[in-house]
Amino acid sequence: MSKYETIIGLEVHAELRTKSKLFCDCSTTFGAEPNTQVCPICLGLPGVLPVLNKQAVEYAIEAALALNCEIQPYNKFDRKNYFYPDLPKAYQISQYDLPLARNGYVTIHVDGKTKKIGITRIHLEEEAGKSVHSGDNILGSEYSLEDYNRTGIPLIEIVSEPDMRSPAEAYAYLTTLKNILQYTGVSDCKMEEGSLRCDANISIRPVGSDKFGTKVELKNLNSFRAVQKALEYEEKRQAKLLDRGEKVIQETRHWDESTGRTHSMRSKEEANDYRYFPEPDLVPVVISTEWIEKVRERLPELPEAKWQRFVHEYGLPEYDTELIISNRDMAEFFEATVKLHNDPKTVSNWVMGELTRLLKESGQAITESKVTPEVLARVIKLVDKGTISNTAAKTVLEESFKTGKDPDDIVKEKGLAQISDTAELEKVVAEVIAANPQSVEDFRNGKDRAIGFLVGQVMKATKGRANPKLVNELLRKKLQ
Amino acid sequence: MSLYQYTAHELRDMLRRKEVSAAEITDSVLERIDSLDSVIKAYVTVTAEVAKSMAKAVDAQLAQGSDLPELAGIPMGLKDNLNTKGIRTTCSSKMLENYISPYDSTVYEKLIKSMSPLLGKLNMDEFAMGSSTENSAFFNTANPWDLERVPGGSSGGSAAAVAADEAIFTLGSDTGGSIRQPAAFCGVVGLKPTYGRVSRYGLVAFASSLDQIGPITKDVTDAALVLTAIAGHDPMDSTSVNKEVPDYTKFLKEDVKGLKIGLPKEYFVEGIDPEVKTKVMETVQKLEEAGAEVKEISLPHTDAALATYYIIAPAEASSNLARYDGVRYGYRSETAPDVLTMYKKTRSEGFGPEVKRRIMLGTYALSSGYYDAYYLKAQKVRTLIVQDFQKAFEEVDVIVSSTTPTPAFKMGDKIDDPMSMYLSDMFTLPANMAAIPAISVPCGYTEAGLPVGFQIMGPAFGEGTILHVAYAVEKLTGARERRPKLPEKGGAACE
Repeated sequence: MSKYETIIGLEVHAELRTKSKLFCDCSTTFGAEPNTQVCPICLGLPGVLPVLNKQAVEYAIEAALALNCEIQPYNKFDRKNYFYPDLPKAYQISQYDLPLARNGYVTIHVDGKTKKIGITRIHLEEEAGKSVHSGDNILGSEYSLEDYNRTGIPLIEIVSEPDMRSPAEAYAYLTTLKNILQYTGVSDCKMEEGSLRCDANISIRPVGSDKFGTKVELKNLNSFRAVQKALEYEEKRQAKLLDRGEKVIQETRHWDESTGRTHSMRSKEEANDYRYFPEPDLVPVVISTEWIEKVRERLPELPEAKWQRFVHEYGLPEYDTELIISNRDMAEFFEATVKLHNDPKTVSNWVMGELTRLLKESGQAITESKVTPEVLARVIKLVDKGTISNTAAKTVLEESFKTGKDPDDIVKEKGLAQISDTAELEKVVAEVIAANPQSVEDFRNGKDRAIGFLVGQVMKATKGRANPKLVNELLRKKLQ
Repeated sequence: MSLYQYTAHELRDMLRRKEVSAAEITDSVLERIDSLDSVIKAYVTVTAEVAKSMAKAVDAQLAQGSDLPELAGIPMGLKDNLNTKGIRTTCSSKMLENYISPYDSTVYEKLIKSMSPLLGKLNMDEFAMGSSTENSAFFNTANPWDLERVPGGSSGGSAAAVAADEAIFTLGSDTGGSIRQPAAFCGVVGLKPTYGRVSRYGLVAFASSLDQIGPITKDVTDAALVLTAIAGHDPMDSTSVNKEVPDYTKFLKEDVKGLKIGLPKEYFVEGIDPEVKTKVMETVQKLEEAGAEVKEISLPHTDAALATYYIIAPAEASSNLARYDGVRYGYRSETAPDVLTMYKKTRSEGFGPEVKRRIMLGTYALSSGYYDAYYLKAQKVRTLIVQDFQKAFEEVDVIVSSTTPTPAFKMGDKIDDPMSMYLSDMFTLPANMAAIPAISVPCGYTEAGLPVGFQIMGPAFGEGTILHVAYAVEKLTGARERRPKLPEKGGAACE
């Protein structure tokens, strides 16, 4: 790919987590029986009118602020007209020429480099319903079924600038964007439930050229990995075309996960002229500075600010930082633990390691866990003081995770405290030396490895409770 | 005199004096419908049982001695584009011929609360597009004053029913004159309120930024009474205005001394029928004699109003009517092999020619490449029209004109000539463009005995003022005294 430069822009649709729909009070809960969360308004029956859900506007403002955008003070809605069975009014209420927000950016970290990806615009609109076809698509089907539960759920469309230069940057942008939205809590961003969706635009151009090449729009990207793979496939496909002296056609292409290819989907069912015009059934929404500031005050610390703090204040490696801040609750758990036990790297190891493993196995969220920051800090302190071994600490954590018991109690109940009593250990050491003359001889002959075996024997004799560091010291002293 | 001949306020007083029962009133009007509607054909659906059960409830409440709402026991009809739960709402279209609404429009809810018995749903031009009710997919409605003439439109059924005493009052909808023009043709009172005064929730949309629901009544007092009952902010309609609703009957008085009346010179030009013009000018003179100050004013953008209207209204209609696609409800062409053909056939077969004409006009006006030249330009001209009126209302209290350029025309006369049909709304549609209230009140009759409507326009939320002037006109002209000669029982009209 050195001959060409790749240009990528992404359009992300995120459903807002309001309780009710954008223009009626139907529930937005996912997974209900088809067509049970509908009313005359979202079904677009003759004579109904939309009434704007203020909460959705507020969530959109919150998302826009989190993405560093300027908020449009005067907002109106427009109708996007097209025919499709999942669109009951045959128009979608959206925003056309005056989007709610513009000129934002997202900071991404890829391969140790930091980069800003511009956000062109964010606008608020309503969801369409869901079609299920008996065949591959609507024209090739015997019948299609429509579920209008999703119809009218509020959505923000976030359009990026064509600022990404590789599929990896696109992937980083998406994970960062999702993370920001989840931090604010305005969207749950579940791609598997369709509450987050992404279309990608990609073109390539010879390195050094400042003119954009012909772009291709990619659809059916059902995961962030799919976005990356489809973009990787597409940049190769376009490069091959250009190498052969052919042209890239401006079109929409469908990503096929099973074959790992994109294919052209210019279908007749797609209308091009949406005949946008201002929605006469809604009055303009004025977003005051006071409203914006009220929302801004509510914003949590965002991932990028956390990232900077974790790397610079705590001195955490970027890898650890990325992992921990990828989940707001985990980041907060981490910080709470560090406050109780100021050893960020050790805390991060425990959070990313044992705790994450236990959470995964039980399917629990970190906020549901019986292991609180207090428990984890206590367990680490016990290791630090030499009261328990690292191995025992894992047992303590697991037990506390299951039962919620106090770590100190677990240590007592299970007898996990290390033997750090020199006199007691010296006795065992003497016995082990007497019982293993061969190893003793090996050690004395310079086989340093033999000491490990002897330590193991002491540990075995004490059922793992001996302080291994101390045992090692005692052995060496005796054998010298 | 039969009960069906009375006005709403007369019946209200008789009910309170217990001279009649609500059941008697409703039965009387139902019988009238029964005997006459085969001739007038105002009703698409008659809901006798619904009306009777409401009348019964009114009588029960009356017997208990509890207070009754103003319109309790006064039977009415609704234009068939107002949603009524469990009752067909057809818009006089094949598309919705068997459509039964699952919800009530806000105005109907309010009338239910007012305990006004629903007699039925009234014929109209399909989806409210037309000026003669000849665009109904079902049948023509006759003008009670001359059965060979149209009742006007699109609320032709609503106006004819009131004129023929087949309802004590009705509601219509007015997008470009659809209440006032048929009221003028049928010799009754029709009021289009300020945009936002009455909730549009449940009114099947034609052109959302122009549509308003309003009363069609036998006299001006009834118009004030009904408007008071149906006006007000509705959380279900964002464009309805949160402004207190006065008791509009309080505005009614004969005295017009000192009132400033504007005569727009652009409304008294060629194309206006000389007899109509004479009647209107005579009325103006009477107002002047009664002490009103009359002055000529100018609304300079009047000539652009019609063209502008025929961009904006069809543009909005093309979008509003797109939902009738055969997927979920209403007519569906059954022969189509795929969804695209189904859309095309459903809409080709389900809509009548006028509706299709306007959908095409509107689709064209909104298409990329034409949007700026048509829709956007039209919106700018609309602003100029609004400003014309604002300026005028700095000088005068009301603006008057004839409601229509001609009296009711014969059926079939204009149906094949859309342009001349559109021209019959030239004096009414500016009020929709400017979102201001306007009323049509009978002011006299032509030689041939056809009613002439007098239009009074007021500033936004000036319903009280236009009702006041309309009341004065009603008293000064005595036009209300004359009623159409219709048979007591069935058959053709006498005289």
